[in-house]
Amino acid sequence: MFRTLLILIKKEFLQIFRNKSILAIIFVMPVIQLVILPLAANYEIKDIKIAVVDHDKSTESRELIRKITASGYFKIIEYGENYNTAYEEIEKDKVDLILEIPNNFEKDLVRENKEKVSLAINAINGTKAGLSASYLAQILQDYNQQVQLKMTPELESAKKISGVEIVPKFWFNENYNYRLSLVPGILAFLVTLIGGYLTALNIVEEKEIGTIEQINVSPIKKRDFILGKLIPFWILSMVAFSIGLLVTIFVYGIQMQGSFLLLYGFISVYLVAILGMGLLASVYSETQQQSMFMVFFFMMIFILMSGLFTPTESMTDWAKYVAYVNPVTYGVDGVRLIMLKNSGFIDLLPHFGFITGLAIVVISWAVLRYHKTS
Amino acid sequence: MKQLITFVKKEFWHVLRDKRTLFVLFGMPIVQVLLFGFALSTEVKNTKIGVLDQDQSQNSIELISKISANQYFDIDQNLKSIDEAENAFKGGKIKMIVVIPAQFAQNLNSGKIAQLQLITDGTDLNMANQIYNFMSNIIQDFYGQKTFQQTFGVQPEIRMLYNPQLKGAPNFVPGVMAFILLIICVLMTAIAIVREKETGTMEILLVSPMKPYIIILAKAIPYFILSMIILVSILILSVTVLDLPIKGSLFLLFGISIIFIITNLLIGIVISIVTDSQQTAMLIALVGTMLPTLMLSGFMFPVENMPLPLQMVGNLIPAKWYYEIVKNIMIKGTGLAVIWKHVLVLFGMMIFLFVIAVKKFKIRLE
Repeated sequence: MFRTLLILIKKEFLQIFRNKSILAIIFVMPVIQLVILPLAANYEIKDIKIAVVDHDKSTESRELIRKITASGYFKIIEYGENYNTAYEEIEKDKVDLILEIPNNFEKDLVRENKEKVSLAINAINGTKAGLSASYLAQILQDYNQQVQLKMTPELESAKKISGVEIVPKFWFNENYNYRLSLVPGILAFLVTLIGGYLTALNIVEEKEIGTIEQINVSPIKKRDFILGKLIPFWILSMVAFSIGLLVTIFVYGIQMQGSFLLLYGFISVYLVAILGMGLLASVYSETQQQSMFMVFFFMMIFILMSGLFTPTESMTDWAKYVAYVNPVTYGVDGVRLIMLKNSGFIDLLPHFGFITGLAIVVISWAVLRYHKTS
Repeated sequence: MKQLITFVKKEFWHVLRDKRTLFVLFGMPIVQVLLFGFALSTEVKNTKIGVLDQDQSQNSIELISKISANQYFDIDQNLKSIDEAENAFKGGKIKMIVVIPAQFAQNLNSGKIAQLQLITDGTDLNMANQIYNFMSNIIQDFYGQKTFQQTFGVQPEIRMLYNPQLKGAPNFVPGVMAFILLIICVLMTAIAIVREKETGTMEILLVSPMKPYIIILAKAIPYFILSMIILVSILILSVTVLDLPIKGSLFLLFGISIIFIITNLLIGIVISIVTDSQQTAMLIALVGTMLPTLMLSGFMFPVENMPLPLQMVGNLIPAKWYYEIVKNIMIKGTGLAVIWKHVLVLFGMMIFLFVIAVKKFKIRLE
């Protein structure tokens, strides 16, 4: 009974290896994406470009500026006395923020212990603007304490006694690697993309060029036909995953903390669900264009809502529920947990539970649906 | 001329008949605007944390209630011992554990240094840094007030230019515009032409008395019109739903959008000329234009953090220039005085692609 299935799988492989663009998707895409994406996706905020408009030009104002540059977050691009020139630089994107130090800065600080400086921040990128503001506030606080200590040295002893010392510890990431969680996440996203895309296009191609009719009139069982489609793409996706995993380990030096067996077990089940979804898309489309746009549409939602680039915790409440029924959330999270934290099967029970359920639902759906149209 | 109009009509029917693709085309910008506008953010809030209180004193209880009163953190687990810490992280829910060691209160009250440990999940270092800063600020605030006067010294007066509420919309709406126009003009146009080749109907068109350039023009016009409709709907959506007004000149915005659309249509046409199968055309469009646009144009990730070679590759992408132009016109309200260089680059790309398209096209007809 497996003879038909084996023959179908063989036929599928022959077709795949004849098609250069499919091979490119499988072998080139993982490498391109894994090499370029982690380099590009760097949210680390540093070298904030700053223009100082210093109306005071005093020892104190210079000390403040020195403290700002010493922090390492800011790079002074311009130093002058004219706000309008500085503003023009913001308009041209040459500068991210303007620090304006008023006249009599030093005098007021010494006499009244109070002074204001004004910050104008280009806030089109809200996250960056918010962080810049909080970095600067931190520096000003340090600066204030320094000035206060200079004026009332008795505080020095007071500061020492009531101290709470906070010790930061960053676990699971000894080398302070900013790309650590990104790369395994991209790996999961990658197999999703390749698996979903290939399956979605394949059956539709047979519909479009008409060869599906030949299969429909042949004695091939529906079960064999669908399995004959799924198995080759499952194997190819596993190959793509393995290539990606090699890149992750050897190019990015990200060590595998957990068990390979669990990782491959997880990906095997995950891929069944993803291929099933691709299958469903192809059952519902008539042309490759439709099928591709459909996959594209859902893939985009899945990826944005998966916590790959923005954390799921920060989403609004309704969006969190979308994230909880999103297979890619489980895929990205699962690969991260196994690779980075050595999480075990018990930790991943929710992940396994969800994707297994999903796999069963989508594949039975696709099988039922396929029967009606043929 | 009459020929052209009939032909454009025919192409339009093709586009309009495919309801599913149309649904995706209009659905995509709407969903993107909704997701980016209302669902996604990178700010820290409701972060789940664990607490390990080895001290069990008045002081430690005070500190914990101070932390739990904060909106940024939810205390999700009370750990019994440090051995539980690793497992707590492995479940993936908890991002930080606050460890209050034994004798914390004793040290604090006897004037010694009292240590506190903040253990974070370092796999996502950006997030870890951010929540570490928030937490240490809360703790410093709680204990630091006694030593220093908070009102002393220099206070910043902060003005957030262009986007006072720090919304995400000003950053992504221009990106969504660039991306959707790219999909319609490059991907759909390329596929539409290649499909005629694949199914063999191109031969019929080429032997008809129609001039070849009219065939191509007729293919491009429906997508041009579709692009304009989608562009207008994204703008309406962003003005009404996201409260994002268009600060600069609408005329300029549309003028430059037309240049961008034509540039992309030309890319689509060039792809369709050099390929023979839909799958290859899709692949080239995807790898050659869409992925680079998503990754390198500054829409998803900040350009200034990228390594120099990637930034240079990014400069070859029309969408990057368009994205910056739209941000300037829409959000900052600047005019040609600031963006003339960008416009010039975009225009240059259009001319370049036009020359390529014309050259390649002649070769194909021989």
